[in-house]
Amino acid sequence: MKSLKAQQHILSDTHEQIEILEHGINHDDSFKLIPFQQKMEAAGLFPLKPTQLEIFQINVGKMCNQVCKHCHVDAGPDRKEIMTRETMQQCLNILAANPSFKTVDLTGGAPELNPDFRWFVAKIKELDKHIIVRCNLTIILANKKYHDLPEFFKQHSIEVVSSLPFYSKDRTDRQRGDGVFEDSIKALQMLNAVGYGIEGSEQKLNLVYNPAGAFLPSTQDSLEKEFKLVLKKDFDISFHSLYAITNLPISRFLDYLLQSSNYEKYMEKLVTAYNPVAAANVMCRNTVSISWDGFIYDCDFNQMLDMKVDCSAQHISQYSEAVLSNRNIVVNQHCYGCTAGAGSSCGGAVA
Amino acid sequence: MANHYYNADDLGKFSGIDKFQKPLADKFFAWYGEVFAEGNLSAREKSLIALAVAHAVQCPYCIDAYSSDAFEKGWSEAQMMEAVHVASAIKGGAVLVHGVQMMNKVKEIAM
Ligand code: SF4
Ligand code: SF4
Repeated sequence: MKSLKAQQHILSDTHEQIEILEHGINHDDSFKLIPFQQKMEAAGLFPLKPTQLEIFQINVGKMCNQVCKHCHVDAGPDRKEIMTRETMQQCLNILAANPSFKTVDLTGGAPELNPDFRWFVAKIKELDKHIIVRCNLTIILANKKYHDLPEFFKQHSIEVVSSLPFYSKDRTDRQRGDGVFEDSIKALQMLNAVGYGIEGSEQKLNLVYNPAGAFLPSTQDSLEKEFKLVLKKDFDISFHSLYAITNLPISRFLDYLLQSSNYEKYMEKLVTAYNPVAAANVMCRNTVSISWDGFIYDCDFNQMLDMKVDCSAQHISQYSEAVLSNRNIVVNQHCYGCTAGAGSSCGGAVA
Repeated sequence: MANHYYNADDLGKFSGIDKFQKPLADKFFAWYGEVFAEGNLSAREKSLIALAVAHAVQCPYCIDAYSSDAFEKGWSEAQMMEAVHVASAIKGGAVLVHGVQMMNKVKEIAM
């Protein structure tokens, strides 16, 4: 499977995605949803303002060893966009100068595929920041040179957050590709072997669940219980928390929704499940998201829609905490994915 | 009046039945909610039971709702189909076991 970009798919044009979200599949407003902005106004949350800038999320590149069907990044082996050491250095300068950022969240693609990944991690650690790596698990087995990643993560006190859409092979492979489940299980066992995910251990290992289809996640707590039970029983695997994440209707997941004729029903589901409490806690209020080429976004989703922050500091070379703290967060119809039910963020439910 | 008896959109209007009789609807929905909450049976287990019963009572709304709900709660296609077979077997068995009554009656009147 190729990325939408490599296929020159119409949805690789972000304007097309936004048109569909705003005006429906045929761009003719025949399918209209309440504008997200209106919902936020009613909740007293418009314009949406940041609370405190705490999490600095960096997308170090779109290259990935997997091509998951739901990927909002449209990542894959054919994506060559990758952060350079020079851009990383600019990020480090910002982190050094802005102590309010306590956490650096590294994502991709598969962040480990960036040739400067290990260098970058070591440098961030020197600044005494908490580091999260969004590890897709299979990368650990993809090549011999990645087999020592669990040790490397441990040495740098990294929190590992990994996707495992389900505890069964069938559902996982349908979303993430053939053989992904088995490799993910092996990788989890390797992480457990160095102490990750073990009860009471400092090596935090959290899993991400996201639905393999056009439906919303059920309750995070019961999913966590179920995951823990089955993974322990069947594979002797332990982990700390499960984050239940809703798929946002953009990029490859949007493509899936359109191809399976689920788009309208899914959007209606999201809107019906709108929860103002979740809306008050959306992750863009305490996070900024940096792209491989150093642009600044409200979140990784806005990044993939190429909707930059609405202020003068749009690139890390212009970084200003004051300007970013006062900006209005850019919202649109895809944001319904963050506010449905118990809400959804990179750390799971928010309400 | 619509010219058909079932309409998928009507499922979404279910909560509106309180417009004709609110106190009873309120009681029903409160009770319903509690029935499906985590209890001695998990919400997940209850969902699968509901799916089977939905088939037994042949309610298209319930089948629609609990097919999604059970799948969302992590039951696999095969597990869901087995639940439907359980419902069918009970229904089939319920028909067949009345055969005993038929036999009793026939024995009673036959020479
Ligand atoms: S979802 Fe993650 S693992 Fe899958 S293709 Fe996208 S970046 Fe790679
Ligand atoms: S999609 Fe991004 S901007 Fe919209 S609510 Fe979610 S985190 Fe905020």
